[in-house]
Amino acid sequence: MGKSNACRTALAFLVAVSLGACGDRPWNNPYPASDDHRNILYSSFSEKPKHLDPAQSYSSNEVVFTGQIYEPPLQYDYLKRPYELVPLTAVALPQPVFVDRNGQTLPDDAAPDQIAFSIYDIRIRAGVRYQPHPALATDARGGFLYHALSADAVAKIRTLRDFAQTGSRELVAADYVYQIKRLAHPKLQSPIFGLMTEYIVGLKEYGETLAAAKAQGDREFLDLAEYPLEGAQVVDRYTYRLKVRGKYPQMLYWLAMPFFAPVPPEADRFYAQPGFAEKNLSLDWWPVGTGPYMLVENNPNRQMVMDRNPNFHGEVYPAAGEAGDAAAGLLADAGKPLPFIERVVFSLEKESIPYWNKFQQGYYDSSGISSDSFDQAIRFGAGGEATLTDEMQSKGMRLQTAVGASTYYFGFNMLDPVVGGDSERARKLRQAVSIALDYEEYISIFLNGRGIPAQGPIPPGIFGYVDSATGINPFVYDWVGNAPQRKALEIARRLLAEAGYPDGRDAATGNALVLHYDVPASSGPDDKARLDWMRKQFRKLNIELDIRNTDYNRFQDKMRTGAAQLFQWGWNADYPDPENFLFLLYGPNGKVRHNGENAANYASAEFDRLFERMKNMENGPERQRVIDDMMAIARRDAPWIWGFHPKQFGLYHTWYYNTKPNLMANNALKFTRIDPVQRAEKRTEWNKPVVWPVILVVALLVVGTLPAIRVYRRRQQAAATA
Amino acid sequence: MLAYILRRVFYAVPILIGVNLITFFLFFVVNSPDDMARMHLGMKRVTPEAVDKWKQERGYDKPLLLNRAEDGARSVTNTIFFEKSVSLFAFRFGSSDAGRDIGYDISQRMWPSLAIAIPVFIVGILVNITFALLIAFFRATYIDYWGVFLCVVLMSISSLFYIIGGQYLVGKLLHLVPISGYDDGFDAVSFVILPVIVGIIGGIGAGTRWYRTIFLEEIGRDYVRTARAKGLSEPQVMFGHVLRNALIPIMTGAVAILPLLFMGSLILESFFGIPGLGSYTIDAISSQDFAIVRAMVFLGSALYIVGLILTDISYTLVDPRIRLA
Repeated sequence: MGKSNACRTALAFLVAVSLGACGDRPWNNPYPASDDHRNILYSSFSEKPKHLDPAQSYSSNEVVFTGQIYEPPLQYDYLKRPYELVPLTAVALPQPVFVDRNGQTLPDDAAPDQIAFSIYDIRIRAGVRYQPHPALATDARGGFLYHALSADAVAKIRTLRDFAQTGSRELVAADYVYQIKRLAHPKLQSPIFGLMTEYIVGLKEYGETLAAAKAQGDREFLDLAEYPLEGAQVVDRYTYRLKVRGKYPQMLYWLAMPFFAPVPPEADRFYAQPGFAEKNLSLDWWPVGTGPYMLVENNPNRQMVMDRNPNFHGEVYPAAGEAGDAAAGLLADAGKPLPFIERVVFSLEKESIPYWNKFQQGYYDSSGISSDSFDQAIRFGAGGEATLTDEMQSKGMRLQTAVGASTYYFGFNMLDPVVGGDSERARKLRQAVSIALDYEEYISIFLNGRGIPAQGPIPPGIFGYVDSATGINPFVYDWVGNAPQRKALEIARRLLAEAGYPDGRDAATGNALVLHYDVPASSGPDDKARLDWMRKQFRKLNIELDIRNTDYNRFQDKMRTGAAQLFQWGWNADYPDPENFLFLLYGPNGKVRHNGENAANYASAEFDRLFERMKNMENGPERQRVIDDMMAIARRDAPWIWGFHPKQFGLYHTWYYNTKPNLMANNALKFTRIDPVQRAEKRTEWNKPVVWPVILVVALLVVGTLPAIRVYRRRQQAAATA
Repeated sequence: MLAYILRRVFYAVPILIGVNLITFFLFFVVNSPDDMARMHLGMKRVTPEAVDKWKQERGYDKPLLLNRAEDGARSVTNTIFFEKSVSLFAFRFGSSDAGRDIGYDISQRMWPSLAIAIPVFIVGILVNITFALLIAFFRATYIDYWGVFLCVVLMSISSLFYIIGGQYLVGKLLHLVPISGYDDGFDAVSFVILPVIVGIIGGIGAGTRWYRTIFLEEIGRDYVRTARAKGLSEPQVMFGHVLRNALIPIMTGAVAILPLLFMGSLILESFFGIPGLGSYTIDAISSQDFAIVRAMVFLGSALYIVGLILTDISYTLVDPRIRLA
C-alpha cells in the first residue's frame, strides 16, 4: 500500500462525494432522503411540552399534540363562524335537562335560580377505536399481555417500541367517566380540578376520598372504578351522564377540550407498573387516544412525531362553511376522509432565525412571523393593509391574519390606595392615564402593527364584541369618520386635574405624583425600549413612572398579595364565550381575596350582578344588552387600560391547503392537506448548492501561504549563506 | 500516584458537598417551593390546594435545611436538602420535577453534545497550535503582525455573529448544509459540520494568541538557543523542542476541560437545534426544575474535579521530572 494507493482512495472518495452532490437532492435538506416525497407535514416546537396527560395538559404548546391524539365528545366546526360546537365522538350536541332541588324536571326556559342541577346525557358513537397501544394488547384468552410484567421484563424495556404487541378496543362511555374521575386524582393536579369542583356534583368530595385512599394504602395504582362519582356516571355502554350544579351553559365548551377526552383505565393500570415511571413510560409521555394521530416518537430534545392512527373512525372534511369558503377553495375536499396527512414531524427549534430560514427554504410548511423577520415578509399598503413582500410572493406564499381570542391589558390594582378604589378621584386618575397610554403607538412600534387597540376585554369574534360607534370606549375614544380616535391629551390633563393632580402634582401636598409599575424582569431585546416608552406615556401627564423590575416569582407574589400598583397582564380564551373574558372582572374572582383570575381585584356590585345574569344566558339581543351595560360600567371604572388584542400572522407555502385560522379548534391538523410532490420540486429549485465560494476560499488560503513560503525560503537562504 | 489520586478523590467529597449546598442555597433564595409548583402547574387556574399537592407529591413540603418538628438525626435527614442531595453522591439523579428520568435524559443528550464538542476541541487545538506556531515561527514579520491583528479581530466578534453569519452564508445562501437540526448515526455528519466549523473559527482568535504567547516564551529560553547553536533548523527547533516543552501549559488548559466537553455548548446547541446537554441546565433554571439543576451542577463539579486530576496526571506524562506523591 503506498502513497499512490492512499491517493487513489482519497480520489475515489472525492469522486463519490462529487457524484453524490451531483444528484437533485438539496444538500441542506435536514430530513432523510426516504421522506422526500412522503405526505409528511413539518412543523416545530420551541419548548418541550410539560404534560400530555389530558387531565393535566393546558398550555397551547401541549394542546398542539393532545388536540390531535385525544377526542373529547365535542369539537368546533372548522369552517363556520362565529365558532360553533359540533359533535366529535358524540352522536349529537347534548341538551341539558334542568331539575330543581327536589329532582323535578324544569322547563328549558326556567329561571337560573330555580335550577339546582343540569343533567347532560352524552351518547357517543359506536365503533370508535383506540390507537394501537401495548396497554390494550391481549392474549388469545383476552388477558392483558403487559399488565403484570416482571422486573426482568421491565428492565429490558426502554420505550413503547420495545413492546412487540399492540392492541386496541372500542371506545365506551365508561372511558369518559373514568377521565372525569381522573381530574380529581391526587397525583395529577389537574389545573381545572378547582374550577370543576364548583360545577360537577361530588367532584370535590371525590378528590378528598381519593386522597384519603391514596394516603391509606401504598398502592401506585388507584382503581377509580371502586369509587363512584355522583356527577359522572355511566348510563349504558355508549352513554354517560354528567350532573352539573345550577345552570352552566359553558360546560359544553369544556366538553370540547382534552380535559374531557376519554382515557382507557387499562392505560393507567399499564403505566402504573413498577419501574415504568423511571423510564418515562407514563400517560404524560405516551398518550393513548382515539384521535386522528398517535404519538410514535417522543424525544422532546429533538423531535416529536405523530403518525396517522390506523384505527381512526371515518370522519370526513366538512361540506359547509361560511360565505367565501368555497371561493377560497376551502370546500374542495368536502366529504373526503380525514386526516389527509400521514405523518407530522415536530422538530425542536429554540431560535426563531434558523426556523425562519428553513421555512423560506421549504423545510417547514408554515410559519408565524417574528419581529426579526417581519420587514422581510410583510409590507403595509397605503391603506394600512398587510401584504407580502415581493420575495415572499415570488415563492407563492400565502398570508393569513386573524385577531386572536386574547387580550393584553394594563391593569390598575383596585386595592391600591392611590390608583384603586371606587372614589371619583381614583376613577378620573385611571381614565386620564387610559387616554395618555397610546396603544395605537405601542402596536405600531412594538408589534409591527400586529394587534388592534381594545375597547374592552372582549376580542373580535367573540359574542359581545361590537365593531361600531357604540362599541368604543367613550372615556378614551371618540368616533370620528368611521373609526375610533383617541381623545386629546388635554382631556386627560383635565381629568387628572379633576382627580386632584393638576399638572401631575398632588394639589393637597404639592408632591409630584409617582406611580409604580411592577414588571417581571426579562431579557428581551425590546424590553428597555418598551419601559422607556411607558415612562414617556406617563410623562405626557407629568406623572413620574417608577418601574419596579422584579424577578418573575416576586412579581407573582406581589400580584397575589396585592402589593403591585400597575401591571401588564393577558388572557387567552378557553372558549368563545364572553363569560370567559368578563369573569376577569368579576369581584368574587379577585386574585388577592379569592385567588382567582381577576388580577386587578376589581369589584363592582352592579357589574357582578349583571355578570351572574349574563353568564347563564343564551347568545341573543338580551344577552348583548346585559354585556353592553357591563361594558359601560367597566369602561367608566377603568380598572384596566384595555390594551390590545393581538393579531396573528401566518405564512403558508403554496403546497399547503385548507388553511383557515380557527383560534378555538385545537384539532385542526386533521383538516390540513399538503402536496408533497410540489414541495419536493420547490425545495430542489430553491436550494441548489453553490460551491464556487468554497473553492475560492480554498484558493485564497493557498495563495495566502505563498508569501509565508517565500519568507521561509529567504530565511533558509540567509542562514545558509551566513 | 494511586495514593495521590485517592487523596484527591477524598478531597473532592467536601468540595462536592459545598457546591451542592451553595447550589441549593442560591436556587432556593430565588425560587421557593411554592414558586416551583406554580411554574410547573402553569399560569391559569392554579389553586393553593394544587400547589400544596404538587409539593407533597415531590417532597417539597418539608423544611429546607432543618426540620424543627423532628428530633435527632431526622431533624437533618427529613429535609429537602438531605433527601434531594444524598442520592447524587451515588450518581442517582432520580426524576426531574416534571417527572422525567434525569439519568436517561443525560445519557441521551450527551452524545449530540460530544459530537460537536470533541471535533471542536481536537481540531480547534490543532488549528490553534498550528497557527500559533506559524506566527511564532514568523515572529517580528508582517505575518506575525497581521496574524495577531486578525486574532484580535476574531476575538472581538461575538460568537453569536459566527453562528448567525455561518448559518446565513453556508446554510441559507450557499445551501451546502442544513441550517439546523440533528439526526442519529452517520446522518448526523451533515448537521454537525457547520457548528463544528463555527466553533473552531470562533475559538481561533483567543486560542492562537494564547498558544503564541506560550511558544514565544519558550523560544526565549536557553535550551532553544542551545538547539540553534547545535545547528538545528528552525522547523526542528519549533516542532522538536518548543512545541514539546510548551505542552505543560497547553495540557493545563486542555485536559482540565476535557471531561466538561460533554456538558455541551449552550449557544451553539440552541441555534443549531442540537439536542445536547448545553441547554439542559438553562432550560431547567428557566422552568425552575431544581432536580435537574442540582444534578447538572453536581455533575459539572464532579467532572471538573476529574479534569483537574487528569491534568495532574498528564503532567507526569509530558514532563518526566514531575512525580505525583
